[in-house]
Amino acid sequence: MIDVAVVSFAQWSAREEPARNEVEILIPVVAEAIERSGIGRKEIGFTVSGSCDYLAGAPFAFVTGLDAVGAWPPIRESHVEMDGAWALYEAWVRLQHGDIDSALVYSFGKSSLGDLPIVLSQQLDPYYQAPLWLDSISAAALQARAWLNAGHDEGEMAEVAARSRRAAKDNPNAVVSGDQSAEALLREPFLVTPLRRHDCPPISDGAVAVVLAAGDRAREVCERPAWIRGIDHRIEAHGLGVRELATSASARLAGERAGVDGVDVAELHAPFSHQEPILRDALGLSNGVDVNPSGGALAANVVMGAGLTRIGEAASRIMDGRAARAVAHATSGPCLQHNLVCVLAGDAT
Amino acid sequence: MSELCAVVGIGQTHHKSARPDVSIAGLCREAATRALDDAEMTWTDIDAVVIGKAPDMFEGVVMPEIYLADALGAVGKPMMRVHTAGSVGGSTALVAAGLLQGGIHERVLTVAFEKQSEADAMWALSRPMPFAPPTMAGAGGYFSPLIRAYIRRSDAPSNIGILVAVKDRLNALKNPYAHLRLEDISIEKVEESPMLWDPIRYLETCPSSDGACAMVLTSEAIGSRAAKPPAWVLGTAMRSEPTMFAGRDAVNPQAGKDCAADVFAQAGITNPREQIDCIEMYVPFSWYEPMWLENLGFVPDGEGWKMTEKGATALDGELPVNMSGGVLSTNPIGASGMLRFAEAALQVRGQAGEHQVDGARTALGHAYGGGSQFFSMWVVSADKP
Repeated sequence: MIDVAVVSFAQWSAREEPARNEVEILIPVVAEAIERSGIGRKEIGFTVSGSCDYLAGAPFAFVTGLDAVGAWPPIRESHVEMDGAWALYEAWVRLQHGDIDSALVYSFGKSSLGDLPIVLSQQLDPYYQAPLWLDSISAAALQARAWLNAGHDEGEMAEVAARSRRAAKDNPNAVVSGDQSAEALLREPFLVTPLRRHDCPPISDGAVAVVLAAGDRAREVCERPAWIRGIDHRIEAHGLGVRELATSASARLAGERAGVDGVDVAELHAPFSHQEPILRDALGLSNGVDVNPSGGALAANVVMGAGLTRIGEAASRIMDGRAARAVAHATSGPCLQHNLVCVLAGDAT
Repeated sequence: MSELCAVVGIGQTHHKSARPDVSIAGLCREAATRALDDAEMTWTDIDAVVIGKAPDMFEGVVMPEIYLADALGAVGKPMMRVHTAGSVGGSTALVAAGLLQGGIHERVLTVAFEKQSEADAMWALSRPMPFAPPTMAGAGGYFSPLIRAYIRRSDAPSNIGILVAVKDRLNALKNPYAHLRLEDISIEKVEESPMLWDPIRYLETCPSSDGACAMVLTSEAIGSRAAKPPAWVLGTAMRSEPTMFAGRDAVNPQAGKDCAADVFAQAGITNPREQIDCIEMYVPFSWYEPMWLENLGFVPDGEGWKMTEKGATALDGELPVNMSGGVLSTNPIGASGMLRFAEAALQVRGQAGEHQVDGARTALGHAYGGGSQFFSMWVVSADKP
């Protein structure tokens, strides 16, 4: 395997960005990531992005996204209609070929434009489930109920939300932050039982970009590259009825293969509060691990970018020396159907 | 450098304007099952699944890998979904090949599909956007001015597109999976068909199809002991450029030239006209055959139409093009690129049946998309390098 590292990360998000379109949001974020990487824009060996047409309500969201990159002379470029974390996976695979030594990965999305929970309902089986319009919050509520029935309580969910909001106070890209106690949150009304508003992710608009570099190139441009020590992703069955919703078999498998051990920081893509303990359990994280120091997806959830943001947040803590070894996680599909796990470490480990 | 990759299984559906007999999952499984059978493998042999298709609005299913995980045997495995506009079928094969070239997996299943009867592609391609003038022109309205520019530049006679339209439909009659089977196709039929977007007549355009294509790709070790002779992947390349900017040559795009130069260099091809035995390229409108022959470097600029005119691109010609009948005969958009790549592999494996080019050893598969701005290509060979 060729060693590949995250060498820079940039992001921007807000609850709603009515003034700028996706490309206008993306341009400064991509420019910042490239600038910080110390690698010239025209030297980047491979470019790959993640986005979803249904957020904008028009086909080919990624085509205009290309205008933020400056694809001239023509570039080696690809796109996944998935969270940017999977674009990063494609870039990591591409760097294994050995003929190039850097890659730009980005994703973007404005979920303020439509009714996101309804848009996501169209991810379901188009013949038997999508016509029922089971929205993403209601699907998550079914999972939360299964998890509560497995012996947990709502207080644990409120603790996750309260901690995420506290942590987000230091994150300028957080959409939601503040000092509320779990007890206070539990007095809020239900949105979709057993989920309250704070158990769900905020609507967010934004963009995220990461630059990867291989081997000596990474050491040359970055004082402390965040080396990818393991990366794997697994999908599970689509039908909610055939899955054990209170646990995450696919996250467990991806975590085992990526080698999640000895991490001090975890950035978990848990858009709903009950999903954080499910993922902690699946990844075998001990109580000492600092989970979601950025505030996580409960603080800002740029759909299609929130998973890549987790990798960027974890990597930035290694690059600035706050962490030695970290795990980042991304999810896709209803109730954690598809999970990606990426383990990052500084040079010493 | 990267690992060697082999194509050991190829499958496709019978393509039609509507396949109401199968669901989207059923359509994908039809192609995937044929590819697995060809490879003499089962679902459990597969390490990872890579799917591709054009915009989700073509069926109305958002990020369909989520729904297709079970149907494509991906539960507990890695699964990815590629989308690079019209080139996506080719790009999907390249992302799958990349997993072998990077040494990540041993056996990867890749599937590309479009079930266009589920929605309306013309509508999905021309959604009005805020602050942008709606064109509602579809792809034909976009590409016809580029074709007119080509005719003006090259002084091509006006009948070249008609020759391509007839030749590709004759090839399709030899391909049992092709969508259009026009037994009575003739120069006169094409000439008399209605003009849609001058100079593109009705019979010079591609159909709208339901269909899927699948391939099983493996590592060198598995490919070397494959049940049937594999196609070896000698080169893979993708290139993209922006849709529009001052000075861009949209008729003969730089991204296509760069992509071809890259894929030929990887495959050790210095004289494509001599070293490539046949080409399966993405020709959704007849005139794109001569245009791409020039863009790919098989002939000097302005000379492509002469190849078509003298019959060099026919099945028994000097440089056969679109032996399967091409996009002009079968067009499930998201799968169209992979069908090109698969036909190139079928040819070098000697599996193309009635549309087999005698003695084909090395072939080029080509796909493009967007406003002639996204390109993906591979060179495959019967000979292991």
